[in-house]
Amino acid sequence: MIVGNRKPLEEILEMVRPYKKILLLGCRECITVCAAGGEKEVGVLASELKLHRAKNGEEIEIREHTLERQCDYEYVDQIQPFVDDYEVIVSMACGAGIQYTAERYPKKLVLPAINTTFLGVTLEQGLWSERCQGCGDCILHLTGGICPVARCAKSLFNGPCGGSSNGVCEVDKDTPCAWQLIIDRLKELGQMENYEKIIEVKDWSSARDGGPRTRIREDMRLT
Amino acid sequence: MRLSYPTNVKVIKVPCTGRVDVNMVLKAFESGVDGVYLAGCEIGDCHFLKGNLRAVKRIAYAKTLLKEIGIEPERVEMFHIATSDGPRFALVAKEMTERVRALGPSPVKQGTRAFKA
Repeated sequence: MIVGNRKPLEEILEMVRPYKKILLLGCRECITVCAAGGEKEVGVLASELKLHRAKNGEEIEIREHTLERQCDYEYVDQIQPFVDDYEVIVSMACGAGIQYTAERYPKKLVLPAINTTFLGVTLEQGLWSERCQGCGDCILHLTGGICPVARCAKSLFNGPCGGSSNGVCEVDKDTPCAWQLIIDRLKELGQMENYEKIIEVKDWSSARDGGPRTRIREDMRLT
Repeated sequence: MRLSYPTNVKVIKVPCTGRVDVNMVLKAFESGVDGVYLAGCEIGDCHFLKGNLRAVKRIAYAKTLLKEIGIEPERVEMFHIATSDGPRFALVAKEMTERVRALGPSPVKQGTRAFKA
């Protein structure tokens, strides 16, 4: 899922300083799973904003609303009936959801309450880790299911490098060397011949490096 | 046991302190209280196994949130009191009351009067 962190409170307070009527919009998908922008976190932020304003004796009216997703128009359109009652929308969705809400309501200011970071997985409750960079050309079949693009600090394709020491990346002692993980996994799978193959230089045009991307399924398009 | 404890303590019963969420603590301050404390089972004695451990972590988190907002983190606290330990219940009630009294009324109390409706 897409993982992000809620922005520090001071940053959000600064963004909403001029406003008294705020629509706080959460999302029930990825950002709920990583406990950053779901219904609970919307409740926490709403309380924090209200308490902070109360401390300074200032007014604020906040509507808390959590959509199923903010990346599909059917859901974003659900706020149409009441969106104009508010001066500004503070969105707790991922960057995609925040932007889509802004696109669907171009006359409304939509402020981000989340710093979107990576595509990742839940290792345990409270711990999420990066796994995918969306490079558009997956080679997981060659590397035993471990991605060198996302998990190697240098995105090496024929690692490890000289900085790999006792299975740890030189960048950070808490970061495992992705190529050590790959070699260990290939051994477990009995696929060490994959390691002997040289993986060709990557064509990065399928990644973000080639420009913003679109996916189309013509058979599904009705308009 | 008919022990007395300060009258300003409002008891809200929950099946386990693990039921209490950070949202509830913040809402309590929104409603105008000066302090919140949780009285949970002794560590290791939680009937639901880990509820009181969750509560400990959540209260620690609540303290960081209060600090961010500008409310003294000492206003919220986690205590462990065995179910049958009436005297300790009364003692904790007195202790927390004195602590919060020393801190004075909640800094957001005046402002929250505006949104009680």
